[in-house]
Amino acid sequence: MSVRRLAQTQPASFAFTPDNAAQAQALIAKYPDGRQASAVVPLLWLAQKQHDYWLPKPAIEEVARLLSMPVIRVMEIATFYSMFNLEPVGKYFIQLCGTTPCALRGAEAVRQVCLDRIGPQKQVSSDGIFAWAEVECLGACCNAPMVQINDDYYEDLTPQNFAKLLDDLAAGRAVAKGSQTGRSASAPTGGDTTLSDTQLYDGSQLGAWQKRFAESEATKVETKA
Amino acid sequence: MLADKDRIFTNLYGRHSPALKAAQMRGAWDGTKFLIDRGRDWIINEMKASGLRGRGGAGFPTGLKWSFMPKPDPARPSYLVVNADESEPGTCKDREILRNDPHLLIEGCLIASMAMGAHACYIYVRGEYIEERDALEAAVQEAYAANLIGRNNVHGWPFDLYVHHGAGAYICGEETALLESLEGKKGMPRMKPPFPANMGLYGCPTTVNNVESIAVAPTILRRGAAWFAGFGAKNNAGTKLFCISGHVNNPCNVEEAMSIPFRELIDRHCGGVRGGWDNLLAVIPGGSSVRCVPADQIIDTPMDFDSLSKLRSGLGTAAVIVMDKSTDIVRAIARLSYFYKHESCGQCTPCREGTGWMWRVVSRMAEGRAQKREIDMLLDVSKQIEGHTICALGDAAAWPIQGLITHFRPEIERRIDAYSANPHSEPVQMMAAQ
Ligand SMILES: Cc1cc2nc3c(=O)[nH]c(=O)nc-3n(C[C@H](O)[C@H](O)[C@H](O)COP(=O)(O)O)c2cc1C
Ligand code: SF4
Ligand code: FES
Repeated sequence: MSVRRLAQTQPASFAFTPDNAAQAQALIAKYPDGRQASAVVPLLWLAQKQHDYWLPKPAIEEVARLLSMPVIRVMEIATFYSMFNLEPVGKYFIQLCGTTPCALRGAEAVRQVCLDRIGPQKQVSSDGIFAWAEVECLGACCNAPMVQINDDYYEDLTPQNFAKLLDDLAAGRAVAKGSQTGRSASAPTGGDTTLSDTQLYDGSQLGAWQKRFAESEATKVETKA
Repeated sequence: MLADKDRIFTNLYGRHSPALKAAQMRGAWDGTKFLIDRGRDWIINEMKASGLRGRGGAGFPTGLKWSFMPKPDPARPSYLVVNADESEPGTCKDREILRNDPHLLIEGCLIASMAMGAHACYIYVRGEYIEERDALEAAVQEAYAANLIGRNNVHGWPFDLYVHHGAGAYICGEETALLESLEGKKGMPRMKPPFPANMGLYGCPTTVNNVESIAVAPTILRRGAAWFAGFGAKNNAGTKLFCISGHVNNPCNVEEAMSIPFRELIDRHCGGVRGGWDNLLAVIPGGSSVRCVPADQIIDTPMDFDSLSKLRSGLGTAAVIVMDKSTDIVRAIARLSYFYKHESCGQCTPCREGTGWMWRVVSRMAEGRAQKREIDMLLDVSKQIEGHTICALGDAAAWPIQGLITHFRPEIERRIDAYSANPHSEPVQMMAAQ
């Protein structure tokens, strides 16, 4: 648990864009009548994305109004869940996984790049482009070490490819998401050890399993007769 | 080794399209109506006979769990909730199902819901999995458009499927915290009983299952309980996704037969341990919440529930974290202690206070700044947390510490001796502990 507070400086107001307002209604419609509070996390997330990846107080109040929830309940949600940023996080917010599987594969060196390049965590860099924070396991441990930047995962990092990634982002150049060494998902480097049987993919095995049922039906008929 | 033809997740690495057409070529949605027409009892009996044990960590028999759902009652609709919160350190398998084989999961949701009398299902995806959520959402839309699911679908079981998401909180993977979160509250675990099967989502009968548990169900039903039960040792049936991370040459996710010996798993799929087998120090075989096992004990152990619990560890989520001799094992465990401190929801005193206390003490031990008698004190505190909390996060925080002390006490003592021989104020660098 950690103590989280709202930012000192807050915008005067917040309103969903027409697109997002429509999306908010679609999200609310996923839940049964009277259970619209279920949409609180998705709505806060929508608000945060619209608002440069951080959640201002007026957005929390707007979500409370939309869901007919007491503001304090929504405030509780915003402070409980770690993905809600309560302060500005720069144009690119880097979440560096520091949990043991990533640490075993060099997260500390990646962290050093953040320190050197951006400065202490949870502060926006002087050019307003980056902020970073160490977070807990992001569920991509076979591609460790890794970071999430805004919505996207960047995996199989080294200090070199990570520094280049930051340079490219800062310069507005296109970057590749996912593995920075070109791996496909979490396949083993050095070549796949499984899934080479082409019959898995050509449809030739479809329906073959039904034989078992046909055979047992046939024996049933025989025993009856 | 498991043959390719016996693998369930045939698009594990995303080398093929996750879209409906390609998924159908691989066998998803093949004869679903035929399976559904066999009826609820047949499905549940087949699932029981297959020996499938839940893939979310606890290993509870899936068919049995499904059979606990009460008879459908129009006043209290039943729900299936799929746990895609995947946050146990080391675990990254459900992610590959969500983005590469989503149709197996969706088909499983329909069949499982039918077997439990549920007409609606929510899939709770961890907030950070944005690409995965989008991929799943796209597949759900495809399934609706093809009328495979929906109110009037071709399978004759009215069924709605909704994708929901969290916003970063490990504790929301605990099934009752997940339900609280899904209801729009803070993710704080509930006291049990009542169990979700009686009082779950919105107070209605609910079953919570892991993504992998649900996604394997259609293939089990197609190929038969006996086929699935034919893999693995007795009571540990089936094929299983293993997530191998840490100090192996090629970390990867891979589907293998349950009970594959550790050495074979690593040699076959991961190119061996970094620096060779003599360089292996210890393994955390089931995600961060289980006790670590030293090299000599794990090497020839079958990777399954019963064999690993005999070593006082566990298969957990089958997230295998490998550590070679370059690992600072005390620090590695201390970092996990930080994780549990960070993720405790704070409801119970032993967990809220104990996780922070254990983290501070084990961090000092990593530097040698401790008294030897504190080792027993730490063990004692971990045992006061274990079993004395609302949810299993308390146990999960205690076990890594217990594993460390059981197997690496001499290493902790060595550091204390080294420090007292040369006391210094400079702390060893430790991530998250600055
Ligand atoms: C702290 C904690 C975190 C958990 N996280 C997850 C998770 O991320 N995914 C998951 O499937 N189960 C998780 N579980 C287990 C669930 O509570 C539940 O047992 C599981 O989803 C049941 O599914 P199964 O029977 O298919 O395994 C967690 C349990 C605890 C105590
Ligand atoms: S054991 Fe920890 S995480 Fe679980 S309910 Fe208690 S305080 Fe919350
Ligand atoms: S430990 Fe970094 S992604 Fe799991």
